[in-house]
Amino acid sequence: MLFSTAVFYVFAAILVFAALCVITVRNPVHAALWLVLSFFTAAAIWLLLGAEFLAITLVLVYVGAVMVLFLFVIMMLDVNFEDLRRDFRSYLPVGAAVGLLVLLEMVLVIVAGTAGAGSAGSLPAGSNTQALGRLLYVDYVYPFELAAVLLLVAIVAAIALTYRRRRGAKVQDPGAQVKVRREDRVRLLEMPAEKRDG
Amino acid sequence: MAAPTLAHYLILAAMLFAISVVGIFLNRKNVLILLMAIELMLLAVNLNFVAFSHHLGDMTGQVFVFFILTVAAAESAIGLAILVLLFRNVGSIDVEDLGQLKG
Repeated sequence: MLFSTAVFYVFAAILVFAALCVITVRNPVHAALWLVLSFFTAAAIWLLLGAEFLAITLVLVYVGAVMVLFLFVIMMLDVNFEDLRRDFRSYLPVGAAVGLLVLLEMVLVIVAGTAGAGSAGSLPAGSNTQALGRLLYVDYVYPFELAAVLLLVAIVAAIALTYRRRRGAKVQDPGAQVKVRREDRVRLLEMPAEKRDG
Repeated sequence: MAAPTLAHYLILAAMLFAISVVGIFLNRKNVLILLMAIELMLLAVNLNFVAFSHHLGDMTGQVFVFFILTVAAAESAIGLAILVLLFRNVGSIDVEDLGQLKG
């Protein structure tokens, strides 16, 4: 057996097991940690496929940022997660049936569709990061900037949604500060000059 | 046995996708696990893109995965923000309790 095939099977088994644990474990913190394992394993499989930059991006962005966000939210919310699992068993038959059906259909299509398909080409040799960067910054520079705008919108939306203005807190209002005119603040008084005695 | 073919990767991605569909059924009440199942689904789709990119020798698939990662990160950030807001206003993250819009 070729070494890469053995590695693929090991990582595929870990990935499927971790994904099953994500959807079945009792504690959502454990679910998030299993999801971290599945992201790591998926990154390893992407490395097998020669997508080094995307593999490290998956680890940095997902494990480093998104999953930490998930864990923060899980720990911040004071929810009784046992209540949310009340009807877990009753959904199992229909869920498993639909899942098996989806899997069966997709496997049939894949097996029928890729039966005689040989490899059609090979990725450019050398640095995967350089090749991806060249493509991204030359051919796809406009979508790339749109993605940046999308991230900015996401930042604004997330802050606007969760920001809570406390009542009674003393804060500056820059709009009011800029709008103020001289007439609102300065009052000139007419005073006759007085003679000094002596 | 030869190196893993395209079908190996596609079937692995199909299994991952089916598992996350089952997860959406099983954790129908818990919005947090639903979001995690959606992340798993996106991972399965990305695996398909990377496998096809490798198979066809075309880097464009990897560019697409890059954009999907961007959109998915924005989606989960906003989704979790909505979740926090929901918990603050309703006091629960049970899908059954979310009938406020009467839709």
